[in-house]
Amino acid sequence: MAEDCSISELEAKASRCRGEILRMTHRASAGHPGGSLSETDILVALYATKMRVDPANPKWPDRDRFILSKGHASPGMYAILEEQGFISKEDLKSYRVMGGTCQGHVDMKWTPGVDFSAGSLGMGLSYGIGCALAARFDGSERNAYVMLGDGEIQEGSVWEAAMAAAHHELGNLKVFVDCNRIQNDDFVENQMRMFDIAAKWESFGWAVREIDGHNMQEILDALDWFDGVGNKPAVIVANTVKGKGVSFMENNPAFHGAAPNDEQLGQGLAELGLIQ
Amino acid sequence: MSDMAATRDGYGQALLEMAGDEKVVVLEADLGKSTKSVIFRKAHPERTISCGIGEQNMMLIGAGLASSGYKPFASTFAIFTERGFEQVRNGIARPNLAVHICGSHGGTHTGTDGGSAQSIEDLAIYRTLPNMTVMHPSDYLSAMSLTKQCLGLSGPSYMRTARNKTIKLYSDESEITIGKANILRHGDAVAIIACGVLVGESLEAAEALAAEGIEAMVLDMHTLKPLDNEAINRAVDTCGCLVTAEDHSVIGGLGGAVAEYVCANQPVPLEMVGVKDRFGESAQSDEMLEMMGLTSKHIAAAARRAIQRKENN
Repeated sequence: MAEDCSISELEAKASRCRGEILRMTHRASAGHPGGSLSETDILVALYATKMRVDPANPKWPDRDRFILSKGHASPGMYAILEEQGFISKEDLKSYRVMGGTCQGHVDMKWTPGVDFSAGSLGMGLSYGIGCALAARFDGSERNAYVMLGDGEIQEGSVWEAAMAAAHHELGNLKVFVDCNRIQNDDFVENQMRMFDIAAKWESFGWAVREIDGHNMQEILDALDWFDGVGNKPAVIVANTVKGKGVSFMENNPAFHGAAPNDEQLGQGLAELGLIQ
Repeated sequence: MSDMAATRDGYGQALLEMAGDEKVVVLEADLGKSTKSVIFRKAHPERTISCGIGEQNMMLIGAGLASSGYKPFASTFAIFTERGFEQVRNGIARPNLAVHICGSHGGTHTGTDGGSAQSIEDLAIYRTLPNMTVMHPSDYLSAMSLTKQCLGLSGPSYMRTARNKTIKLYSDESEITIGKANILRHGDAVAIIACGVLVGESLEAAEALAAEGIEAMVLDMHTLKPLDNEAINRAVDTCGCLVTAEDHSVIGGLGGAVAEYVCANQPVPLEMVGVKDRFGESAQSDEMLEMMGLTSKHIAAAARRAIQRKENN
């Protein structure tokens, strides 16, 4: 369940998550550290202060849902699930390993606490609508949170969902766009210019708030703002840094889908203050 | 009611009759009047979700609802379900969520809308997905019965219905079960395994063959997956040769499914009546069946060929 945490505690938690992201991808010699590091501060704040979930009962029907639509950024998800007690440190070692709890992309059938099997971009928001509608039918106050990437929203199906969520006035649908400005091949700007992302959502009928996705206080304020938007779906457009916290990964498209080597792991952990 | 009715009406009526289960919800993509989910919507608008013209979104809204304990029935034209194929694959079939998809207006029988609207591949593509049940009922009552039985499935399903009326083949007393073929006619010379609108054509073909002294067995294989292997074994044992008949491509559909099974188990001569790797065009339903070689006449000719091959063996 949600905890009360100070900013410094949240930041320390985020650093530990970042360390696990590096360790997981290093161990697997594969995976997606960049987009995991960019989403981490939001995941930490959300899970530590807002999510109504129970690690002892991960399938609790009236829990809040969290849908990591950018499902390749799974190390970030696994790190926070381990922090919150859904899975163990040992489970983290199974990332991308045959039979492992932590599949390459997040998978609801494999990992306690994962609410949607993602990995194919552009799907999570629609699924979140289904979860939000179910909550409404149930007369429940529970929320469906969805994390999208800024590259991901190039998928047209996202905008089908954006229209539908506003049409159905799903105030219990709460979305983050992790705008880390980098996608698989290159910077978003070079692949498909997105122009004004906030204005796009606003024109689709959403409540929109832009934040610095690494400023813990701004994140906490935005999470509180979510709760007051009424019957509009709401989106936080979070400006983030791909690879945040590890100097050589920051703003570096090479670390969208590449693991750190031994030396880089050591350097990264040191920069995060996790080793001397 | 007359002797003619459309399977899509059976689907819509079934939705209405399932409304007592308050977990049943209906998803539409601006074709409720066509797929007949409108029958449910009129009575239960609060449980009918308009997804606009957005099939990809509809499929995954269904997945989210199913994961939360609801029983979603999503319908659009068969051809438009295909636009959401990857959503069905990754969002529904892979996590094994019980979303029930109905694709209406399947096959060339759809008629004058032309080739763009006539899905001839839906059964094939959904059959490839693990966890999916795939059905294509032949008449109003079987469509109704199979739709209601979806509530008993633990995974997802795809059902193709047809736009136009077809002859009623079943009565209220008929036993229709997902995964169990219905033998509509007994015979020992050839077994005609059919689905959908070609079941009626197959019965007509059997009558024509009977006039020549050829007794054909006719099976309604309304469920393509799981395929009723036992029924096929019995047909092979009894008749020694087979014909498949479907308003669908012969690649990957009922013909493909039966061929895969028979070739790997008990090979016998098999003739496939179906769309021969081409697209349709605008024409009346009966003209389309003629153009594509799907009429009772074509089925009877295929039966004679199958018997000839059996005798030549």
